[in-house]
Amino acid sequence: MVSQNQTASPKTKTNAQANQQTDQAVLRTEKLRVFYGDKVALKDVSMEIPKNQITAFIGPSGCGKSTLLRCFNRLNDLIEGCRVEGKVFYRDKELYAAKIDPVEVRRRIGMVFQKPNPFPKSIYENIAYGARINGHKDNLDELVEKSLQQCALWDEVKDKLKENGLSLSGGQQQRLCLARAISLAPEVILMDEPTSSLDPISSQTVEELLQQLKEKYTIVIVTHNMQQARRVSDFTAFFNAEAAEKGNRFGYLVEHKETKAIFDDPQEESTKDYVSGHFG
Amino acid sequence: MTSITPNQQPDRSAAEGMERSYSRPQTVINVLWTAISFILLGIALLPLLLVLSYVTIKGIGRFNLELFTGQIPAALQEGGGIGSAIAGTLITVAIATLISLPFGILAAIYLSEFSHGQVAEWIRFATNVLSGVPSIIVGIFAYGVLVVTTGKFSALAGGFALAILMLPLIVRSTDEALQLVPQAVRWASNGVGASKYQTVLQVVLPAALPTILTGATLAIARAAGETAPLIFTTLFSQFWSRGLFDPTPTLAVLIYNFATVPFQNQQDIAWAASLVLVLFVLATSILAHWATRKSLYNR
Repeated sequence: MVSQNQTASPKTKTNAQANQQTDQAVLRTEKLRVFYGDKVALKDVSMEIPKNQITAFIGPSGCGKSTLLRCFNRLNDLIEGCRVEGKVFYRDKELYAAKIDPVEVRRRIGMVFQKPNPFPKSIYENIAYGARINGHKDNLDELVEKSLQQCALWDEVKDKLKENGLSLSGGQQQRLCLARAISLAPEVILMDEPTSSLDPISSQTVEELLQQLKEKYTIVIVTHNMQQARRVSDFTAFFNAEAAEKGNRFGYLVEHKETKAIFDDPQEESTKDYVSGHFG
Repeated sequence: MTSITPNQQPDRSAAEGMERSYSRPQTVINVLWTAISFILLGIALLPLLLVLSYVTIKGIGRFNLELFTGQIPAALQEGGGIGSAIAGTLITVAIATLISLPFGILAAIYLSEFSHGQVAEWIRFATNVLSGVPSIIVGIFAYGVLVVTTGKFSALAGGFALAILMLPLIVRSTDEALQLVPQAVRWASNGVGASKYQTVLQVVLPAALPTILTGATLAIARAAGETAPLIFTTLFSQFWSRGLFDPTPTLAVLIYNFATVPFQNQQDIAWAASLVLVLFVLATSILAHWATRKSLYNR
């Protein structure tokens, strides 16, 4: 499966170039503002996330990239004091409309977190839990096997499915969390620095996985690691933070383009400084 | 910066004076403080050791089968045992646990998972106040609520009093246990489409269970040793309790009653009862400690 990478990458890159304007946006924001209490955390973000591509969010700490990511599956609802203004669209549906059920949103837009966070359940149950919650009771064995295979974890755990998910290594736990997200067949997978707590080898495994997964899913990945953004993503959005009154800082979108253009030919001065390692 | 040439002589003076020297003030003060801390630790542990050994020496003499089967002796009787008091303690503590555990855990779930800001603050404050109420006051309260109204001292009234004492302990320890479960695990559960109550029941609670059980066990150990509230509620009896609605002998009240009588036999029985009670509390504490070892998410 890993060898498919080499053939997949160039093809999708040309796709990305050809479809940059025309490709259907899966997620779209309009003048999105996020507040924590009465402090602005993210200001006026308008952007589109293209289908079946990997979009990377980069930028210094406090620039609001994780905050924006959490707007896409309404996870910010669970954070006390967090308030969202403006609009977020998933296809043609406005995610923050009153009639939208956030639980349904999260079912369709999966998420993988910074620290691996398997449930305190068996490896098998970690996958089956989501399916059961959503009312699927048939062919759970098959679903578990298929999801774990997609995340290149099956061979490592097939003989110990009853063991606790927390007994796995960090890299395996993170792939288990990815398999858990995939098992619900989401259209979009959000990843909040998914490799920042992993060792380099495990990180590489996850990165390789991303290339396979984008055939089926739209992926948005927040990363602190610029090289990672460069390696894995098709599009990159650079966010920066600016000081506001009373020492608060808010983040905003500076530049959002094809990854190659961001790194090789940035238009904004701050993007140039950031990608060349001058700050952040 | 100077570059190191291959034939440069190693600088010896830099590595000199590294040997431990007990004449240096720093070393002396270090040793002194370590010694003081160690002695103070010993003094702090001394009461525990003395209590344990004294109770063991005084109580072990009557530690035989009769102690667990015999009738509680009357004033000038010889022999006898405390079986009925052990049973009484177990019954009252069981009643207290049955009342306080569900209420305490549900209250803590509300506090940790569902309440917001101000409300949570006030409930936590109230819980702390409740845990600070002297146990004798709780006993009088239970006396007013259950003994006066029913006209009878009973195991049930004792259990009720102990439940009030256990409640804040269980709420607090469960609350803390739930908050130890990482926020990201809740998010993950919400992320796969679970509702709040599904998340709490199927993910958060199982993850916190070992720690919750530890707190509950410690609360039980604490309740088992309480005397004051039981004097007002279960009272005492020399005989096996006839039921939950009748006066019941308990270890704590037996010790209280027999420790001050002039009869040797009853005093010996009180010592033996003390040993049993201490062993019970010790066993539950060790059990609690053992359960925490298995907690899933460590900080």
